[in-house]
Amino acid sequence: MRALTVRSTGPLALVEDLGRAGLAGVGVGRSGAADRGSLRLGNRVVGNPEGAAGVEVTAGGLEVEVGEDAVDFCVTGAVCEVTVDGRPVGSHALARATPGARIRLGPPRDGLRSYLAVRGGIDVAPVLGSRSRDVLAKLGPAPLERGDVLAVGAPGGEVPTLPYVPWPDHGGDVVLRAVRGPRADRVRDPDLLVRTTWRVTERSNRVGMRLAGGAVDPAGDAELPSEGVWRGAVQVPPSGEPVVFLADHPVTGGYPVVAVVVDADVDRAAQVPPGRDVTFRWVDAP
Amino acid sequence: MKVLPYGDRAVLVELADGPEAMAFAAGLRAARPAAVGEVVPAARTVLVVAADGVPVAEVRAALDRVDPVTESTGDGGDVVEVPVVYDGEDLDDVARLTGLTREEVVAAHTGQLWQVAFGGFAPGFGYLVGDHDRLHVPRRVEARTRVPAGAVGLAGEYSGVYPRESPGGWQLIGRTELRLFDLDREPPALMRPGVRVRFVEVGP
Repeated sequence: MRALTVRSTGPLALVEDLGRAGLAGVGVGRSGAADRGSLRLGNRVVGNPEGAAGVEVTAGGLEVEVGEDAVDFCVTGAVCEVTVDGRPVGSHALARATPGARIRLGPPRDGLRSYLAVRGGIDVAPVLGSRSRDVLAKLGPAPLERGDVLAVGAPGGEVPTLPYVPWPDHGGDVVLRAVRGPRADRVRDPDLLVRTTWRVTERSNRVGMRLAGGAVDPAGDAELPSEGVWRGAVQVPPSGEPVVFLADHPVTGGYPVVAVVVDADVDRAAQVPPGRDVTFRWVDAP
Repeated sequence: MKVLPYGDRAVLVELADGPEAMAFAAGLRAARPAAVGEVVPAARTVLVVAADGVPVAEVRAALDRVDPVTESTGDGGDVVEVPVVYDGEDLDDVARLTGLTREEVVAAHTGQLWQVAFGGFAPGFGYLVGDHDRLHVPRRVEARTRVPAGAVGLAGEYSGVYPRESPGGWQLIGRTELRLFDLDREPPALMRPGVRVRFVEVGP
């Protein structure tokens, strides 16, 4: 049987694919990998369809034992030490683990979330069309625990032709491009968002990146009725400290969204660990 | 109708009021433009997200061709019946706030046809709007840390049923055994935007 047995999880290890579409109207958000680009890339390296499920590993520490059949795999996202039975095999590269071998992901040197893509994909039961864990809606496969056995699907895609891919740069300054609005008029000075150097706090998770270091004050005390929310929305609660919504954001919310981070930069935001600084830069709406 | 920017994947359509927002969302659901991936109705707005790989400019263009659909709450079609035991902890407060008796609150709740305006808060939760404003009450001053699944509540212009146990600030007037959200059912959510709902009083 092609399978992986979880031997240790690190702080948080979740099965994720590219999420569930079309259900926001009934309160079920998209969810999926927080850094979608990295999961897609890993799936390409192992020859999977790009939406196959992998394991999203936050801050390293995942160890899995290979079952009776060898598996081909690739770790993408936050660069970390990857070993098979203690032997380094490198991240962002195709690797093979033989039956009984242990694959281990160390803590990221930069970035926050690493992705383990396995040829054939993680084959847990889908919920509402997706194998993604949504930590806010509490839907999808439960967070991994020691002893869990993850079935691996039959390899269906083409035989891999990319033996390795470039490392991402998660080390430099993080500048997130954002489009002003829809509710920039609900705060006194929306440009404070781009003039402030924000610090990512420990309260950040897959729901949102919570920032500190300034306050974007409301322009009045008029209440805003609930509005739809999407990935990348920068919401300002009464404290004035913005939240950048990530994969498991609420579907609707009552605090003003003063800006929305462009889609390509939301993956980057999901890789910023607590304690690091981020800034924003205005770009025009497409 | 005003189209507000919402990043590079969506636009926020702002309508004049709740009924206009519902009609616009219904029109979008009926037209199902290929450029649109997700429709998220809310109190006065509809968030429209582009389908994967489609530029948001095509969504803007598609919006011009949407005809609002007013689903009059009076005409036929399926109605979800929700059996309710009216013994909620806030029933007396709601009676006081509305100037009605407990029995009149129940009669006002069961006597109107509700419609799901939008979702959010939790999977399967629907913000229901009714025919009149006699049951409009503010949220509780203090939210409860634990509201059981099936609790039926009122807040502002809305009524709703908690699909699962959660914290909550709505005024609770009753409870139902009906499962609002069930992953083993197709579709899993009973309360989908546009669906009409009638509450029916049952004994404990």
